[in-house]
Amino acid sequence: MEPIVIEGTPKTPSIRFDAKDGVFEIKGRSIPENSVEFYKPLNEWLDQYMQVPLDKTVVNIRLEYFNTSSSKCILDVFKRLEAIHRSKHDVEINWFYEEDDEDMLEAGEDYDSIIKVPFKMIEIVE
Amino acid sequence: MSFDLENLVSDLDIRGAVLYYKGNVDSETITKALDLVERKLLVTREAPRLRKKVYNVLVESLQNLYHHSDRVPKGYHAARADRFGLVVMEKIGRGYRITTCNFVSAVRVKELEEKLTRINRSTPEEIKELYKDILNHQEITAKGLGGLGLLDIARKTGHRIDFRFKKYDNLNTAFRLSAVVAPV
Repeated sequence: MEPIVIEGTPKTPSIRFDAKDGVFEIKGRSIPENSVEFYKPLNEWLDQYMQVPLDKTVVNIRLEYFNTSSSKCILDVFKRLEAIHRSKHDVEINWFYEEDDEDMLEAGEDYDSIIKVPFKMIEIVE
Repeated sequence: MSFDLENLVSDLDIRGAVLYYKGNVDSETITKALDLVERKLLVTREAPRLRKKVYNVLVESLQNLYHHSDRVPKGYHAARADRFGLVVMEKIGRGYRITTCNFVSAVRVKELEEKLTRINRSTPEEIKELYKDILNHQEITAKGLGGLGLLDIARKTGHRIDFRFKKYDNLNTAFRLSAVVAPV
């Protein structure tokens, strides 16, 4: 399965999901006006990966900003990861937030309370 | 004098505003406004936490205009009839006030007023739980809208959202929304 790699823009995050090593990353800003359009290929890729996931998948979320429209799309990504976890495969989500960014920490905690996948909150200290 | 959206912000300090814009709110306009404000907040050396909150609330406010402004009334002067709005961002004490104005169809006023009143009567904990409930259970629209924008503004600011309506004609109402981001 080919990795999905998308360069970041001022409004959309960089994406690197690689089925070879099972390491997925979403990084930067996710504030597009139409987030469904942006996340559609990502979720389609995950639908394929879910058929034959690796024993362990590590997901790194390093978002500086995201809008409420993206928050739903990110939840869709997590729901697919939850399905992989339910099928007895290891999945770990690392939620990075900058020092003192309580809003981003709270956002991670929201997802942690909704999604039944091990979440790790990791503070980035400058 | 005929009505203009500017009439709704006559009490605000437009001349001294960090950001003032009236016109069509398209994706490019939003990008430019965000870029301008981000640079200004860096120049004024605002604390990162305040800077981030202001940026977040501005994103949601501008995208509210983009997604939820109804067409301007017939006869109202606007370069384009859709996605027309006004935004003012002012420095208030050590924080910032972000105000947006747009037209909404008269039939939407009651629903919008009830929604905002409910948000303003809720405790921070209730807003957080409502946000999570909608995030998890409400169907997403084709554009990715889930009705979370106003809740997010209330959650990020921790303050009442100030709002007012001004009837334009029987079919259209002008709407003003203000949120204050205070230092934390």
